[in-house]
Amino acid sequence: MNVNQSAPPVPPFGQPQPVYLGHHQSSYGGQPGSTTAPTSYGAYNGPVPGYQQTPPPGVSRAPPSSGAPPASTAQGPCGQTAYGQFGQGDVQNGPSSTVQMQRLPGYQPFGSAILAPVVSQPAVLQPYGPPPTSAQVTAQLAGMQISGTVAPASPPSGLGYGPPTSLASASGSFPNSGLYGSYPQGQAPPLGQAQGHPGTQPPQRSVPLQASSFTPPASGGPRMPSMTGPLLPGQSFGGLPVSQPNHVSSPAPQALPPGTQMTGPPGPPLPPMHSSQQPGYQLQQNGSFGPTRGPQSNYGSPYPGAAAFGSQPGPPQPLPAKRLDPDAIPSPIQVIEDDRNNRGSEPFVTGVRGQVPPLVTTNFLVKDQGNASPRYIRCTSYNIPCTSDMAKQAQVPLAAVIKPLARLPPEEASPYVVDHGESGPLRCNRCKAYMCPFMQFVEGGRRFQCCFCSCINDVPPQYFQHLDHTGKRVDACDRPELSLGSYEFLATVDYCKNNKFPSPPAFIFMIDVSYNAIRSGLVRLLCEELKSLLDFLPREGGAEESAIRVGFVTYNKVLHFYNVKSSLAQPQMMVVSDVGDMFVPLLDGFLVNVNESQAVITSLLDQIPEMFADTRETETVFAPVIQAGMEALKAAECAGKLFLFHTSLPIAEAPGKLKNRDDRKLINTDKEKTLFQPQTGAYQTLAKECVAQGCCVDLFLFPNQYVDVATLSVVPQLTGGSVYKYACFQVENDQERFLSDLRRDVQKVVGFDAVMRVRTSTGIRAVDFFGAFYMNNTTDVELAGLDGDKTVTVEFKHDDRLNEENGALLQCALLYTSCAGQRRLRIHNLALNCCTQLADLYRNCETDTLINYMAKFAYRGVLSSPVKTVRDTLITQCAQILACYRKNCASPSSAGQLILPECMKLLPVYLNCVLKSDVLQPGAEVTTDDRAYVRQLVTSMDVAETNVFFYPRLLPLTKSPIENTTEPPAVRASEERLSNGDIYLLENGLNLFLWVGASVQQGVVQSLFGVSSFSQITSGLSVLPVLDNLLSKKVQGLIDSLRAQRSRYMKLIVVKQEDKLETLFKHFLVEDKSLSGGASYVDFLCHMHKEIRQLLS
Amino acid sequence: MPQFSTVEYVIQRGAQSPLIFLYVVDTCLEEDDLQALKESLQMSLSLLPPDALVGLITFGRMVQVHELSCEGISKSYVFRGTKDLTAKQIQDMLGLTKPAVPVHPARPAQPQEHPSISSRFLQPIHKIDMNLTDLLGELQRDPWPVPQGKRPLRSTGVALSIAVGLLEGTFPNTGARIMLFIGGPPTQGPGMVVGDELKVPIRSWHDIEKDNARFMKKATKHYEMLANRAAANGHCIDIYACALDQTGLLEMKCCTNLTGGHMVMGDSFNTSLFKQTFQRIFSKDFNGNFRMAFGATLEVKTSRELKVAGAIGPCVSLNVKGPCVSENELGVGGTSQWKICGLDPTSTLGIYFEVVNQHNAPIPQGGRGAIQFVTHYQHSSTQRRIRVTTIARNWADAQSQLKHIEAAFDQEAAAVLMARLGVFRAESEEGPDVLRWLDRQLIRLCQKFGQYTKEDPASFRLSDSFSLYPQFMFHLRRSPFLQVFNNSPDESSYYRHHFARQDLTQSLIMIQPILYSYSFHGPPEPVLLDSSSILADRILLMDTFFQIVIYLGETIAQWQKAGYQDMPEYENFKHLLQAPLDDAQEILHARFPMPRYINTEHGGSQARFLLSKVNPSQTHNNLYAWGQETGAPILTDDVSLQVFMDHLKKLAVSSAC
Repeated sequence: MNVNQSAPPVPPFGQPQPVYLGHHQSSYGGQPGSTTAPTSYGAYNGPVPGYQQTPPPGVSRAPPSSGAPPASTAQGPCGQTAYGQFGQGDVQNGPSSTVQMQRLPGYQPFGSAILAPVVSQPAVLQPYGPPPTSAQVTAQLAGMQISGTVAPASPPSGLGYGPPTSLASASGSFPNSGLYGSYPQGQAPPLGQAQGHPGTQPPQRSVPLQASSFTPPASGGPRMPSMTGPLLPGQSFGGLPVSQPNHVSSPAPQALPPGTQMTGPPGPPLPPMHSSQQPGYQLQQNGSFGPTRGPQSNYGSPYPGAAAFGSQPGPPQPLPAKRLDPDAIPSPIQVIEDDRNNRGSEPFVTGVRGQVPPLVTTNFLVKDQGNASPRYIRCTSYNIPCTSDMAKQAQVPLAAVIKPLARLPPEEASPYVVDHGESGPLRCNRCKAYMCPFMQFVEGGRRFQCCFCSCINDVPPQYFQHLDHTGKRVDACDRPELSLGSYEFLATVDYCKNNKFPSPPAFIFMIDVSYNAIRSGLVRLLCEELKSLLDFLPREGGAEESAIRVGFVTYNKVLHFYNVKSSLAQPQMMVVSDVGDMFVPLLDGFLVNVNESQAVITSLLDQIPEMFADTRETETVFAPVIQAGMEALKAAECAGKLFLFHTSLPIAEAPGKLKNRDDRKLINTDKEKTLFQPQTGAYQTLAKECVAQGCCVDLFLFPNQYVDVATLSVVPQLTGGSVYKYACFQVENDQERFLSDLRRDVQKVVGFDAVMRVRTSTGIRAVDFFGAFYMNNTTDVELAGLDGDKTVTVEFKHDDRLNEENGALLQCALLYTSCAGQRRLRIHNLALNCCTQLADLYRNCETDTLINYMAKFAYRGVLSSPVKTVRDTLITQCAQILACYRKNCASPSSAGQLILPECMKLLPVYLNCVLKSDVLQPGAEVTTDDRAYVRQLVTSMDVAETNVFFYPRLLPLTKSPIENTTEPPAVRASEERLSNGDIYLLENGLNLFLWVGASVQQGVVQSLFGVSSFSQITSGLSVLPVLDNLLSKKVQGLIDSLRAQRSRYMKLIVVKQEDKLETLFKHFLVEDKSLSGGASYVDFLCHMHKEIRQLLS
Repeated sequence: MPQFSTVEYVIQRGAQSPLIFLYVVDTCLEEDDLQALKESLQMSLSLLPPDALVGLITFGRMVQVHELSCEGISKSYVFRGTKDLTAKQIQDMLGLTKPAVPVHPARPAQPQEHPSISSRFLQPIHKIDMNLTDLLGELQRDPWPVPQGKRPLRSTGVALSIAVGLLEGTFPNTGARIMLFIGGPPTQGPGMVVGDELKVPIRSWHDIEKDNARFMKKATKHYEMLANRAAANGHCIDIYACALDQTGLLEMKCCTNLTGGHMVMGDSFNTSLFKQTFQRIFSKDFNGNFRMAFGATLEVKTSRELKVAGAIGPCVSLNVKGPCVSENELGVGGTSQWKICGLDPTSTLGIYFEVVNQHNAPIPQGGRGAIQFVTHYQHSSTQRRIRVTTIARNWADAQSQLKHIEAAFDQEAAAVLMARLGVFRAESEEGPDVLRWLDRQLIRLCQKFGQYTKEDPASFRLSDSFSLYPQFMFHLRRSPFLQVFNNSPDESSYYRHHFARQDLTQSLIMIQPILYSYSFHGPPEPVLLDSSSILADRILLMDTFFQIVIYLGETIAQWQKAGYQDMPEYENFKHLLQAPLDDAQEILHARFPMPRYINTEHGGSQARFLLSKVNPSQTHNNLYAWGQETGAPILTDDVSLQVFMDHLKKLAVSSAC
């Protein structure tokens, strides 16, 4: 392990791998020749031609590496390639364990740590102690099951896992052989019961939690190199020798190496094992592990051979061949599928405290029985450590992702509105928490005790009600605030600005009419669209017409306001050129009711494109535009939203003038952070004023070049607005996307002038907030505007002890002005469990939410720290989380296994996706603006959005029968999952690709594209022809439904295999090594394992 | 052609530029006022020659410069009313600056035949007549709410600044007229005269004396700066102020005084006073040309015995030094050329000379001194013209030929010129100082030209050519030009403005109003401006230039009340009543600005206009001493002409002086 770490090269993953490669290669090489194991590798290699090339280098390196396993450095490439190969090779998503197994062997010899199939299930780990392992595994699994969700599925897998894990361990540390033996035991302990039973094995499938464990103990060859190894078949020989030595040193290792190269030797032992185990494993099938496990066992056997492994080794051999799949490592697809199958059918009832909701990828209904729906609040963990010490130890961030105005599916009712009349909502006198189901009524109902601060309050006479025998109020069920997790109060005048009920909000459309905007056709398009769009402004309830007033401004380097008063025959334009000191030139007639001024508005929208048709003005201003909108709202004494349509860097002489400071040379330097920071503080100041006025800014950008999104998005970001960016906008290509976004943005329900406060019960406290908002103090989140897509992520810290009995309560109160100008309070309550055992914490975590938090944390970090530091921090934190688990909840003694908690088994893969995202590791083609854009987008994304954003969905379109109308099951985002005879759809919430394999059947091409051959398909096509056949309709339908799920319109891009656009597409295959240096999943897993081991040692 | 002392030449060289009228309109008006003003403005459009360029700026809380060239949507550039902008900023913001760049960044849409951007704001009337008429018709009152107890926010200072800047940037050194219509005082921004709190009244003379007018100095400076800029570019500024309260004319007076613009003060735009005055601006001569001229320079050349000491009138110095420029300044001096941006037939400059007694070049006996006035100007027909007037006067020796001088003395002209000097001084000095100076001058004159025995006041005599002079001075001392009592600062400024530009006859009327008497005793006759002229059976018609007062004596008024005029048998009474009315109409018809027309009677409150003017020969103090029933006693402590004269005589004969 150490060695790996030492590896200087930046991509820790990459580097280590090389070393491995060397080893593995050797081993693999052997494999191909002989035993099953090799074959498996071969298979992988096969698929990935490209990779093979790499091996050679690997080979050369191999020798040295062998010599100095620690050197790990060089190997990077090889390792990666290796992984890639795996991906390619396999056909199946599911079980990949086998592959791992193979690698393991390789590792072991070298001493490198192997990632055993990191499978979630701890069971796998057990494998090391061959037979016993299984038992242990099972035990663990069992434990896992208990914890949670996975239960059913996992059990089977558990078995499977067992073996794989063992393998892993084996690979890692030879020395370990001994260790391995121990592992199983170690693992067992965590499980509690299970360990004892080594013998028992199968029973447990459940164990999902810790599943994988790489054992590659620290010993020399820690690196996952094993992975790489596989690649280099040819090299294998070179490797072998080396490996052998290692092996020699550690008995177990040797065994493995054999597996690889010497398949022969190891093989033999394995086979036996296999046979026996395999069956078991397969049965178990967790998503990922299923079959694979077998192989693992093999590995195990070789190494420990003697010791615990012995047993395992046997089985592996046979398996290896099949297992070559990378599928052995936890598969997001499988996890998602399982959750869907297990939890999608029953509604999620929120009555029970601390329940972990189904994954965001699962469709489920929610029944509110006292806690807020997960659509409103999701937590990283539903079981919080009682003490801060525990929390620090676990390093699991305690955070809630809150989406206060989330849209609900039609089947679910929106929150009840409670009107307490003039007295207003009932609150605790001390902490000001609002009445909620957790408040305790005492003294016969005359008083209530606040569940947050324990203060005893009098119940006002008009609110008095008797209690029943259980101490509940008799009317509890009739009052939403006593029985539901989410509800609204009508606010009294005390809750309004200046103690005046608010006026209905206003929308102001501010259109750039400089040369670029005119030339691209944007202005004409926009004006045309607005004519009809204005009839669909958000309205409340059954209101006949929207209360929202509208106003119009156009601008280039001066601003043009329009008087569209209904009494005018023609609109009037008022030019304000004093951009240095912006003001609103008119009051009456600027903001008007759409219906009343229909004719004048239409006339205006007709004339705007004409008036500026010949403009040659290229300079624009920006800050003054926002200022103007804000001043207009101020003059009208209302809140509202500005829709800004802007094209270029504002270089005209005015406040907020910007320079082109884009400098790619800064990337990977300490100054890189400046690219994310605003150029000038002017925009923050402006944003502050906007927030004070309740002026939310939505920005639509149409840049042809650098516009400094980092600076321009400051105001939208701080005012709860959205930014949309359409680079190189062309009406023909981008109209659909823009108009669709615009329609949605204009029509969506928004709350204005909002203040959000999160209260917690004594013991924890909200300490940090992420999202699009402004904070003037440490507690109040101020949002000039808040829509149903925006989330606020809140992090909590302990400031005292919690206790298991009371749990922890959150109450999120959002005070806002509705579209109709009604002042309301929306309350969301959520009760969480508290635990004194870390295992409880790990059992109730939600990885998606965790990733959401970590991504936001990291994306904020890039503003102040070098990107590399941010990445390292993430990795370290992740390693700490997993190490803590390993240390406290899994088998404490086994260093060589990678053991992941069931709930977090996807943490590495997802985290890797975050790490290699454009913000944290930009590729050459990613512009500074793109990064800033994504950075701010992610800041207010909800869990579902971050999930798909970081790990895109890849849907095969032609695999399932055409008649099958359900959404096809996704496949893992890796190139090796693509078959060139198929067509795939990939989406990440922002982009939508249709990938066409080079050897897709002509019939398919014909029915989808209306052309006769692959070569005739236009690359980069963004619209599929509408054809009257089943396939075409199905694909169109699928695309439509995907778009409907996302808050932004995804423009389709057709990518042909081997086309130059494919590079772009491949960027989204996040399990592969990325061009920008991002590690492949497997590499990263190895690295993570190494980190964990280091922490543990 | 020696008999013609004045010759005018028409210059054909140089481009002729059309007349330019820039309307600057206050929209913080009452609805009917605004309506009346809009109508007047629309009417004026019909009076303009078709090729005249017009522009429109409106202001209230904001200032809007209307772009007149556009079709479809009406456009205007809006400026904050609180911010002082430099000429360059204004031109930048209006898109008027584009020196080197051939591209028109602001709005290249403009037609090519108008290379000048200015065409967007100043358009030939024939092109945009309809548009502008509609635009004026659609003008709304300033839409910004005015809270209780506040004045509307009125950005006059900025509006004027923009108007000046606009013309400066587009038509420098071309005759142009900025016509500023205001319905109240500037209440914000540069040039503000009073705050918007109604409870704080606008400054009075009292405040000014107490140095309690906090905005005055700054505002004055602002308008002076604007006036100088406008004058430098040959643009004149008119101010039409119609409000019941003061509007800040005191601060703004330099705008008209330095540029030769008109200053009109009325109570409301919805009065005939304003409407007819305004209409009269566009009156035409026999050739159909406006009675106005622009961008004039007046050059004075003298023979070498004379030097020019200065000029007083609607002009600014061009700072042209020369051998004929005196070291001693009287009025605007130190130059032999002045610029007069706006001229009309009544515009008059008082020019002061000094006789230089050079020892080595004594004035030749019997010789003549010559003066030539050369006036370049832009005629309203857009021609450039030069008018040359030459005069020569005989020299007389002050010692030996005093009689000649006495005989040639024009006491009326002298009174007016002295009055101008006095008024000029009054603008910058304390009132009493000016009066003392005036008295001293009068005494010295009397000492020089009077015939008397020393120390014997009764022996004092003045020759005929001087006889009226002291009386003029007496009335001048009492006039609103030197007395601020009972006048607001605005009124004083208004009176002084007109005094400093009217010709001799009008000026004399201003100094000593004319009083006519109508009675059954004979034909109408001028009578003494004296309280003794106020008799019960007379109708008096007084013309003070600013006011026309018809005053019915007590008896006449009673008759009128009794309705005798309607009885056929008393038709002569009817005629008697009608006669002053007809005469008044005649005066009204010719006068610019329209005087205030007052029809009052004995005991009427408006009779004060008459009573304040007449010589208070009878007052409550001496009423019984006189013991006559003739005339009406005036309730005042002012000295009467008689007392004044007695005093003057005493001082004149006193050797102590």
